[in-house]
Amino acid sequence: MQIQPILAALRRHRLATLLITLQIALACAVLSNASFLISQRISRMHAPSGVDNAQLAEVSVEGFAPDQASNVNARMLAMLRGTAGVSSAALINAVPFGDPAANAGIKLDPSEQGTHGVMHFYVGGPGAFQALGLKVVEGRAPQAGDYQPVADFTPKQAPVVITRALATSLWPQGHPLGKSIWIGSRRFRVIGVVKGLIRPAPFTSSNRPAQGSIFVPGQPGPQLVGRYLIRVATGQMDSVLERVRKAVRQMGPQVVLDEAQTASVESLHSSYFQTDRSMVALLLGVVAALLLVTALGMVGLASFWVSQRTRQIGVRRALGATQGAILRYFQTENLLIVSAGIALGVVMAFALNVLLMQYYEVPRLPLGYLPVGALALWLLGQLAVLSPALRASRVPPVVATRSV
Amino acid sequence: MFKYYLQLAVHSLKRYPVLTGLMVLAIAVGIGASMTTLTVMHLLSGNPMPGKSGKLFYAQVDADTDNSYPHKDPLDMLDYRSAMDLWSAHKADRQTLIIDSSVKVVAPDSQLPPLMRTMLSTTSDFFPMFDVPFQYGQAWTAEQGQRHARVAVISAALNRKLFGGANSVGRTLRIRGADVRIVGVLAQWRPSPVFYKVVGGRFGAATNGRFYGDTEDVMMPVGTGIDLNDGHFEPFTCWDLPEHAGHLTHAGCAWVGLWVQLDSPAKVTAYHEFLTHYAQQQKQLGRFTHTDVRLRDLMQWLTFNQVVPPDVKLQTSLAFAFLLICLFNTVGLLLAKFLRRSGEIGLRRALGATRASVFAQCLVEAGLVGVLGGIGGWVLTLVGLWAVRQQPVAYANLAHMDLSMFALTFLLSVLVAVLAGALPAARASRTAPALHLKTL
Repeated sequence: MQIQPILAALRRHRLATLLITLQIALACAVLSNASFLISQRISRMHAPSGVDNAQLAEVSVEGFAPDQASNVNARMLAMLRGTAGVSSAALINAVPFGDPAANAGIKLDPSEQGTHGVMHFYVGGPGAFQALGLKVVEGRAPQAGDYQPVADFTPKQAPVVITRALATSLWPQGHPLGKSIWIGSRRFRVIGVVKGLIRPAPFTSSNRPAQGSIFVPGQPGPQLVGRYLIRVATGQMDSVLERVRKAVRQMGPQVVLDEAQTASVESLHSSYFQTDRSMVALLLGVVAALLLVTALGMVGLASFWVSQRTRQIGVRRALGATQGAILRYFQTENLLIVSAGIALGVVMAFALNVLLMQYYEVPRLPLGYLPVGALALWLLGQLAVLSPALRASRVPPVVATRSV
Repeated sequence: MFKYYLQLAVHSLKRYPVLTGLMVLAIAVGIGASMTTLTVMHLLSGNPMPGKSGKLFYAQVDADTDNSYPHKDPLDMLDYRSAMDLWSAHKADRQTLIIDSSVKVVAPDSQLPPLMRTMLSTTSDFFPMFDVPFQYGQAWTAEQGQRHARVAVISAALNRKLFGGANSVGRTLRIRGADVRIVGVLAQWRPSPVFYKVVGGRFGAATNGRFYGDTEDVMMPVGTGIDLNDGHFEPFTCWDLPEHAGHLTHAGCAWVGLWVQLDSPAKVTAYHEFLTHYAQQQKQLGRFTHTDVRLRDLMQWLTFNQVVPPDVKLQTSLAFAFLLICLFNTVGLLLAKFLRRSGEIGLRRALGATRASVFAQCLVEAGLVGVLGGIGGWVLTLVGLWAVRQQPVAYANLAHMDLSMFALTFLLSVLVAVLAGALPAARASRTAPALHLKTL
């Protein structure tokens, strides 16, 4: 296949060629960035929580006076533990994907300037650590003597368990056990490391790492009341929550069920990522519409060129060109145009990415997304040009003899 | 002449229905996507207090004594003491305090189970300052606020829920166990965003859609609110944790907002000086370590808090990138269309049509494509807004098209089409008369 005649023909249609190239370049830029954003959102949705989402649920009540705390805790725990299908129940201040309860900036030294990021403190009563089902990879789980009264939002000092990701980021050289984490004058000593535990509201800001969770054992009381974690046998979640809602209503006007925060971790996860899901749907819609419009543009232009060159095609056919040669001519032409568009598009994709990074919290575009966009556009171009090119290949040589 | 061009355009568009369809579809889809996102942007970035927003200011001083971080901006809210000091000085034309908390509400003479609702503790200036509409009764008086009177104003929604929408002025509510008399019921009121309680937007902008939720259901004087609900207040942040959670009046916590109304630029300057003076005085007393103050007007405060969620902005820029691609697409197709008619145009030129008239004719045709695309785009925008309303976001039920956005849809689509048509039309008008006559 000779490229020379194709380039010569394109030179005669400089404007149209330029336009379609620009359109493909823009499409390539938007396509690579959009697919990157889509995969970023999807990977967030699938980020491991570190707990068993389907078997855990939060039950939350409010409306009681502070001095009724121990009474409410006792009644609620008794009710929950007595509910069929509940294998364990414990006090906790927050669960993954629910409302956050205690975010605080941490220091490794009280005199340090600045913080090492804002972490979430999960304060759990006896049994909470076990109910969460956390896997200890280093050190130990909290023991009976570790549960201390909660002052305001955490105990004043306490042994804590942190996630492996947090341990690695705070102490890259290892040996996190025995080290201290500070909030103001409160000191927390690391006694154990777990494989993973996602914070309640992950991915909101860059100084709040998703795995930035610290588990603090705390004694139930006026400052740790009203929120309970339950572990439920497989497949019984809906019926258990229904029974719990009914039981709370029967406890009288003293407590009011917090409907929104009484749900399985799985459904909290689902509502937490609702906006990400609609963003993904929207981005997919834009990508589909974009590919459609680009394909239509290429079909339109190719059809126009075919009809404009009917006579020339006839001449070539009369001079001995096969149908295949005509077909390949238009396919090669399209390949050249799309390749030029992609070459320009790669540059524009990075420019667009830089723009996005400036205004939104978007990371740098990995190189891997460029071949994906390029491949999609090459395929699309060949598909779009196929029907006009086939039409061109079927032009009979006899056309050449008509009214030259 | 325009009518003749229009006839020509209709004729020409009918001759190639598929090509015409493609162009109209491309513009319609591009316009639909852009206008849907633009409408959402428009309603999220609108002025919630048009005509008055320039007189409303949010006051900030920095009581945080924690020096381990750079104090780039004072905290988003005030501690109780600073708030009370500044409010009771009455240096502005109007001033009001904002404290949000949740309360347990019971209507003693109804059978409904207790409800958890949000409560706004504020001052009597709140209502005239923010033009809050009343359906029944009125606000409490400043004197009632002073003596912590057990009075409340409730929202239209709570009035419907508890009293079936009847005039409930004079009836009783039990808030955290204490009886409170209803003195006013609001008419439907939904500022968007709920500007007076916008805080902390710069931390975690991803969730800023929350600013477009509902207003509080119960409103009470500050003193009464604190009397009844102490122990249930949540701080914006603390630098000195309270001994007992929820009791914040003596703690080193920021949890009170202060809005002031200043009717003239001179008063704005004077108030700013007053704030600075207060901060310096507090520093001398040893209570403050920073003397930075801020006095942003309503719109500046909303911008500072990035009230338009970044996802919405991202969607809008994406939609416009898409419209740009549709524009290029339409340029290409119009070019193909006009050049295909070279023979016809050559004939018109040979018969005496000037370049300008050929250009005008082509533009009219492009404009017609724009109008058709605009109609399609309008329909697609309505579909798009319907889709937005199905989303579980706080601003979902606000997503409707207003007249200005309706007009903009058509303006934008005709603009896009004419812009797309200009280049091909210029090309077509350069057709040499003789060359193409030969081939006819």
